[in-house]
Amino acid sequence: MTAVLTQPRPIRLKGRSYLALTLTPELPFEDWLVRLDDLAGRSAGFFLRRPVVLDVEGLEIDRAQLRDLVGKLGTRNVRIMGIEGARPSMLGNDLPPAMSGGKATGDIEEPAAAPASEPPAAPAPVESAAQMPAAPLPTTGAPTSIVVTQPVRSGQSIFTEGDITILGSVASGAEVIAGGSIHIYGTLRGRAMAGTLGNAAARIFCRKLEAEMVAIDGFYKTAEDLEPGLRGKPVQFWLDGETFTAGSMA
Amino acid sequence: MGKVIVVTSGKGGVGKTTSSAALGAALAQNGDKVVVVDFDVGLRNLDLIMGAERRVVYDLVNVIQGEAKLTQALIRDKRIESLYLLPASQTRDKDNLTAEGVEKVVGALKTHFDWVICDSPAGIERGATLAMRHADIAIVVTNPEVSSVRDSDRIIGLLDSKTAKAEAGERIEKHLLLTRYDPARAERGDMLKVDDVLEILSIPLLGIIPESMDVLRASNIGSPVTLADERSAPAIAYFDAVRRLKGESLPVTIPGEKRGFFGKIFGRKAA
Repeated sequence: MTAVLTQPRPIRLKGRSYLALTLTPELPFEDWLVRLDDLAGRSAGFFLRRPVVLDVEGLEIDRAQLRDLVGKLGTRNVRIMGIEGARPSMLGNDLPPAMSGGKATGDIEEPAAAPASEPPAAPAPVESAAQMPAAPLPTTGAPTSIVVTQPVRSGQSIFTEGDITILGSVASGAEVIAGGSIHIYGTLRGRAMAGTLGNAAARIFCRKLEAEMVAIDGFYKTAEDLEPGLRGKPVQFWLDGETFTAGSMA
Repeated sequence: MGKVIVVTSGKGGVGKTTSSAALGAALAQNGDKVVVVDFDVGLRNLDLIMGAERRVVYDLVNVIQGEAKLTQALIRDKRIESLYLLPASQTRDKDNLTAEGVEKVVGALKTHFDWVICDSPAGIERGATLAMRHADIAIVVTNPEVSSVRDSDRIIGLLDSKTAKAEAGERIEKHLLLTRYDPARAERGDMLKVDDVLEILSIPLLGIIPESMDVLRASNIGSPVTLADERSAPAIAYFDAVRRLKGESLPVTIPGEKRGFFGKIFGRKAA
């Protein structure tokens, strides 16, 4: 009877980015799998313990073919953590979840080249989303900050590792996720999550607060928990130790 | 080369098909050559609204799958000779629409007509995305209520990212058509205000169509409201919307108010 509803410690939600291999299968899959086997044969365990994302953008295949391909990769010990570019009708509970918003990094090097006797024309099956000059794998340096000049529409999701500045409004059902702080010069009606990469000093600013949810470094508040007096006002949020704090900027 | 308009909304039942027929007829009444294309494969309605349901032989899916020529599938309106309808199939589903097929059909229609109006199905799936795919202009149909406004916002996001124009780095022209506006409910304050909708969606207003029995009556006799009764309030609102669409700058009248000044929309206090 004494259900504890007032937990002193809230559940923490955090974003984290990992480097995943992206496999881009080509039709017909039989031929492509032969090439993949050839690659794996040259370097046993190349895919072992690596997160692999399957990019099926632009492939005219149905759900059965996709499930079959994921199964065939599974028998080769290539486990797929997510699928990119698939139509929602192709996915289901029995398939890995959809992924989107991936950022290209440098190409991951293919294991040692084939013996010289083989024709060198075989295309590398492992490639990242965009061709970029080989860069060091973990990108170091300052995280990128972005400025968004368009309104963020319902259903859109924006992520960057640095700060985000939004000149327009963030619609109900839209989300903005930043490693750093979030500045919104219009109305915040959707979700804003700042400091998601573990930055407790990040803040959220908006000119008019109508938010569905706000979060900093994993601490969050939903619209219900926000002080009603802040609605419609210019507001900023920050973390005071482990206390989620809001203050008017008027 | 004609212009391609998509009439879209995300949410169902807000008045896409009614508006497609009314705007198409209004444009054709001015002498322009117009075709209205029903993209709601499986749940077609446009033929009923335009009073052509007994003359449908071939449809959009037949043309896309090469079973019929475009000229065989087009139905000419009996009342206005520059108005045509390309019906959807009722027996197939939206998976029968292919990107290449739609591109070919819309491309061909563009060369023959001044205006190609694509009546989008509700939702954000295949039918809706293909209907907006090749549009030059989008008319976002919205009711003054929160669910419709949020769905429209989602559609505007898709218009800015998933259309051929957006992918080519160009901007698609977007207009808001506020439909089923009820002056009595607006006065009581239990409907979103016009300026609230405009603030949330931040796209230009093409017109406000009042909720009216005339619309229902016109549907029942299979006639676009702009044809059924040219002097009715919704018909006048659609005619005005067409004039704005063609570039005329005309103040928007809020239904139920005697005098309409553009400034009133932005300067009004809540009732």
